[in-house]
Amino acid sequence: MAPVLEVSGLSTVFHTRGGTVRAVQDMSFSVEPGELLAVVGESGCGKTMMALSLMRLIPSPPGKIVAGSVRVAGTDLLTLDEAAMRKARGSEIAMIFQEPMTALNPLLTVGRQISEMVALHENVSGKAARERAVEMLHHVRIPEPRRRAGEYPHQMSGGMRQRAMIAMALACKPKVLIADEPTTALDVTIQAQVLDLIDDLRQEMGTAVVLITHDLGVVAEVADRMIVMYAGRKVEEGGIGDLFADPKHPYLRGLLASVPRIGQPKRLQEIAGTVPPLSNLPPGCAFAPRCPSAIDTCRDTMPGLEPKRPNHLAACWVS
Amino acid sequence: MSELIYLARRYPLGVAGGLILVVFVFVAIFANAIAPLDPLTTNPKASLAPPGNTYLLGADMMGRDVLSRLIHGARISLAVALGATLIGSGLGALLGLASGYVGGWFDLVVQRLAEIMQSLPLLVMALVITASLGPSLTNTIIAIAIPLIPNVARVIRANVLSLRELNYVEAARAIGMRNSRIALLHVMPNTLAPLIVLATAQLGSTILTEASLSFLGLGVPEPYPSWGRMLSESAAEYMRSAPWLVIFPGVAISLVVFGANLFGDALRDYLDPRMGD
Amino acid sequence: MFLYFLRRLGLMVFTLFGVSIAIFLLLRIAPGNIADILFDSAGMIDPAEKQKIISDLGLDQPLVIQYLHWLNGLVHGDFGYSYVSEKPVLQEVLPRIPITARLALLAILFAVCTGVPVGVVSAVRQNSAIDYVLRVFSLAALSMPAFWLGLLVLMAFVNWAGVLPIYDQAPDSLWAALLMFGVPAATVGLRSSALIMRLTRSSMLEVMRQDYIRTARSKGLSEPAVTFIHALRNAMLPVITTIGVETAFLFGGLVVTETVFNIPGVARFLVEAIRWRDYPMVQNLVMFIATVVVAVNLLVDLTYAIVDPRIRLGS
Repeated sequence: MAPVLEVSGLSTVFHTRGGTVRAVQDMSFSVEPGELLAVVGESGCGKTMMALSLMRLIPSPPGKIVAGSVRVAGTDLLTLDEAAMRKARGSEIAMIFQEPMTALNPLLTVGRQISEMVALHENVSGKAARERAVEMLHHVRIPEPRRRAGEYPHQMSGGMRQRAMIAMALACKPKVLIADEPTTALDVTIQAQVLDLIDDLRQEMGTAVVLITHDLGVVAEVADRMIVMYAGRKVEEGGIGDLFADPKHPYLRGLLASVPRIGQPKRLQEIAGTVPPLSNLPPGCAFAPRCPSAIDTCRDTMPGLEPKRPNHLAACWVS
Repeated sequence: MSELIYLARRYPLGVAGGLILVVFVFVAIFANAIAPLDPLTTNPKASLAPPGNTYLLGADMMGRDVLSRLIHGARISLAVALGATLIGSGLGALLGLASGYVGGWFDLVVQRLAEIMQSLPLLVMALVITASLGPSLTNTIIAIAIPLIPNVARVIRANVLSLRELNYVEAARAIGMRNSRIALLHVMPNTLAPLIVLATAQLGSTILTEASLSFLGLGVPEPYPSWGRMLSESAAEYMRSAPWLVIFPGVAISLVVFGANLFGDALRDYLDPRMGD
Repeated sequence: MFLYFLRRLGLMVFTLFGVSIAIFLLLRIAPGNIADILFDSAGMIDPAEKQKIISDLGLDQPLVIQYLHWLNGLVHGDFGYSYVSEKPVLQEVLPRIPITARLALLAILFAVCTGVPVGVVSAVRQNSAIDYVLRVFSLAALSMPAFWLGLLVLMAFVNWAGVLPIYDQAPDSLWAALLMFGVPAATVGLRSSALIMRLTRSSMLEVMRQDYIRTARSKGLSEPAVTFIHALRNAMLPVITTIGVETAFLFGGLVVTETVFNIPGVARFLVEAIRWRDYPMVQNLVMFIATVVVAVNLLVDLTYAIVDPRIRLGS
């Protein structure tokens, strides 16, 4: 099947007083309809910036997308003018955010915030839009959807708010959904429910989902494939079976090793050191300073992504 | 020195405001040396003289030199404003600090008193106080200082309340530090920044209040030259014949308040890192 | 909600009660008997006459009795008599109230209608040339004494239009009425306008930084929709509360503006009463002003509680 989302060579920078921050460097990946791709990495590795770049929501005075293409169903979003891009947002590609409490307008009812989207992208009457809002709330398994549609965000629980956000994002049936840490702010039990919901919906609606998270447990639950990001770059990519069983990049190996296991008698394993500042990256592999297997080549030359196995790429000289 | 240049680059308006204030303070302090003529000497022959050689900014209806009166007026207006601001903000801060930190019924009483005081507009309260105390220089300062107290107390109290909950205060309490020591060492230094910003913001308004009181004839009395009173004496009657009597004192007031506001704004931006750029 | 309203009302009554005590005591702090002051200025010398006046006015009774007498009068609608004109206070004050009210309302309307749009423009074009110009102008407007602005306006009218927008009992045309009320209203409202503009600007900037604005954009909403449907609504909340605070301040401005433009309103009357040492008048006027301020604040708080669903509906 042809991928519905094709990202190629995406690069985003920020011009700050402290220097130029290269938040996203040369990102390329693709997602097929109905597939769930997880993007994993520590805080500060550029995952959110990449997501915002896909939506072209990067704040423009300091930030700028400097290279690459983002094709959704064949159309490169980066070449669209502002009006066309606005049309695409919500109808072709949509996004849900981490903090549902602050991501929803406290002064508008949930129903209104959903129907606003429908009325904007589709040529329907106000009444029809409102009906669709109630439908969507029902779809995301919120009980008493009609009543809830008239409520305000503060009247709902965290899990329900996140569902409402999902309802809002999917109301116009976009082809791609980007979920930026959707469960991080939720309780573990609610997390599972929301993840299930996302999983079910993508299967039902055929939406391609890019799930950004730092939680490998979440990845194991729902993802088909996974990308590992480090310091703004993709360092490993593949099916989660392959990646979990035999990680090729030392960073992923470190991440997996640091997950605590029941019955593990030893100390928690950590990855020594910290992520380098994105404004001052070392030449060569950005992970080299912290890598236990680093050799000299690693420090001076940037490794490219090589297929270590079929459908399993990693950017590493050593593995 | 380079620090100053850096500040000038980042806060050009604030530095400009500060300079204006410095100039006025300078003029106020050295009024005797700077003023070309005596501000109180009347000269009926020069009554309503337009700006010219002897009377650089003109003369008023009694032949007094406007420029000299403006210069000496700076001394009065600034002294009153500074005095009132210091007294009002100082007392207000102490009250707010105590109220916020001690809490309990003391806090409740202070809160209610503040509410009562704040139900009257600033100028009205100042008017009533000068009315009851009688017009004099000190009474004017008191009348302007008193309405400031509840405003400052409220802000400082809110600040103290939020600081009290901060972790390092709890930590200090946990290791057994005495309350008064905590208040002095930890809480107070952190209320200093908002207090300074508040006091600077009040400076402009106290200058205006004094000008308004004097304009109404209920502020600084004769013989002290006050910008506000210079405007009332010249009001509607001389508007046509001697516009300089209306323009210059007002410019003086507006300029000094403008400088204070610019400076205060920049100060707030500087001390409040949250606002960013 | 209803309980909240009731509680606030109770607080309001308590506050006004406190104000009455404060003003009563304040006017009697001054050394010297009121009668002495009146007496000396009136020029009467006969001590027997003076004693009669004192007992007539009830000034020989202990302070507490005098206070209670006044309070009792307040509650029953008897506000006493003016020392100066010997007419009932109510008769003097009542006709002046609508004049001041009209002025105040016009001023607030002016302030909101000019301040909010300018503030939005300034916020949306943050750090642009127009933003700087607007900020400097608003700061300048805040620095000018209201009475000086009034004087300048009068001077401008006199020198250029030959017309003086002085108060007239019955304006003969709409144009005259507009001039009569509009000019002083704009003059006293300019300061409030500047304050509202600054507040709107900072409030908008704060709101535009919030997550839900990013969400709105991610839905594909146009910038105007984001600004007016999502941002402005939230930004207006602090402005509503400020209107309450501004009303108190407006009174101060009205005092000098009514004086400059010679408008026979309540605010100017206060100054006159103070000058003439007409203490019963001053007392009652101050109570009136305090009542208006507190009532407006209550109204504003209620409006806020209704407008913000987080308060209106609780959680």
